[in-house]
Amino acid sequence: MIGDSIDNEQVELLLNDVLEVYGYDFLEYSHASIKRRISRLFGLDNFVSFAEFRYTVKSDKKYFKRFLEEITVNVTEMFRDPSFYKALRKDVLPALGTYPFIRIWVAGCSTGEEAYSLAILLKELNLLNKSLIYATDINPSVLEKAKKGMFPINYLKGYSENYIQSGGVKDFSSYYTANYTLAKFDENLSSKMIFSTHNLVSDRSFNEFQLILCRNVLIYFDKDLQHKVFQLFDNSLENLGYLALGSKESLDFWPNAKGYKRIKTEKIWRKL
Amino acid sequence: MAQTVINNTCSALVIGGSAGSLDVLLEVFPALKAEIDFPIVLVTHRKSGSDSLLTDLLKGRTSLNVHEVEEKQEMLPANVYIAPADYHLLIEQNHTFSLDYSEKINYSRPSIDVTFQSAAEVFKSELVCILLSGSNADGVEGLKIVNKHGGMVVIQNPSTALMPYMPQQAVNIVKPHLVLHSYEMADFINALNKKN
Repeated sequence: MIGDSIDNEQVELLLNDVLEVYGYDFLEYSHASIKRRISRLFGLDNFVSFAEFRYTVKSDKKYFKRFLEEITVNVTEMFRDPSFYKALRKDVLPALGTYPFIRIWVAGCSTGEEAYSLAILLKELNLLNKSLIYATDINPSVLEKAKKGMFPINYLKGYSENYIQSGGVKDFSSYYTANYTLAKFDENLSSKMIFSTHNLVSDRSFNEFQLILCRNVLIYFDKDLQHKVFQLFDNSLENLGYLALGSKESLDFWPNAKGYKRIKTEKIWRKL
Repeated sequence: MAQTVINNTCSALVIGGSAGSLDVLLEVFPALKAEIDFPIVLVTHRKSGSDSLLTDLLKGRTSLNVHEVEEKQEMLPANVYIAPADYHLLIEQNHTFSLDYSEKINYSRPSIDVTFQSAAEVFKSELVCILLSGSNADGVEGLKIVNKHGGMVVIQNPSTALMPYMPQQAVNIVKPHLVLHSYEMADFINALNKKN
């Protein structure tokens, strides 16, 4: 916990620098959240003054890599919100099973936990072989971690409980090999994943998908940016495709939401 | 502590509580007047997944509207907003809520510190914060920031709190304007006013 050492104008200055120098646009991120992340980093890295912090971000490319990693939130878990994964397993993925080929986009995949959870579901439904999971994030360093498919072993107990609650009946440990502090997930799972950087703010649609997962990413965006991203998803989704959001996110206030139908009580919408 | 004259304008009330705070909430909320003219924000520690239980409990016991916060929801007077389990709750300058799934603070998400601080930066001297019973120190750092911005700090009297550790830490470290027993809180809140 850090005091409010960075004020609103300083946040604005810094984000403008970042846009100008590096081309990353954070100006439409939720202000309170990004301010908190920036203040936190400022405190963590013991800068003496805002001027020094600003100069370092602007001129030190290596430091900017850290800046990017730290101001975006990269907390995620496997099978988060088990009831959501249950709905994927029972309703969504079986419907996609009728397609000859399944394309899925995990937008804002961070270190990959959701992509691996999805791959496990597809494998159990015998759909993995005809599926391709595009996992993208703004942040190149988290993608490097995601590619490796190695997660801290002390989290695995919780993930295994989530998996069981989501309707999984296999032995969860059959999907990974444990070595010391890390669990390495089966390469069979990652062989069906394509990892790439993609910035939801500035990059365009790059394919058509039958399922887009973007969970707990939009909470960091302001309303206008959320609407732009919904449009991007709409452009990237086939008819009758599904869009899945985080447990507190909603399509409801987007002007084109009437083209979508919500699936039961989960935050999953189907394009009509 | 003697009852001091309340001359703060209240544009928002934020209540933080942990273990042992549910009893206080269930005592205070039924006694709140429906015409309260500021929003009330509630941040309590609870297990993730046990989501809307607190919301349901309070809904049946107060004439105020009770919501579990949806992201970007606007804060309105006479409404109660409960931080959803497993998200930090932040307040924007335009009085809407932002949710945040970043690292736990004080082993907690939602963290009381996070919302106290965020509210202090927005409402400054027009903020009132109450810290209730609990067994960790979440909320204390946040109250310091509330103090710094001229907001009002109220702490549940540790002598009658079910779990005195959290309010005691706060009383030791932050200079509170008031230390109240749970049975004094409803009257205190009812007397707060937006336009004084």
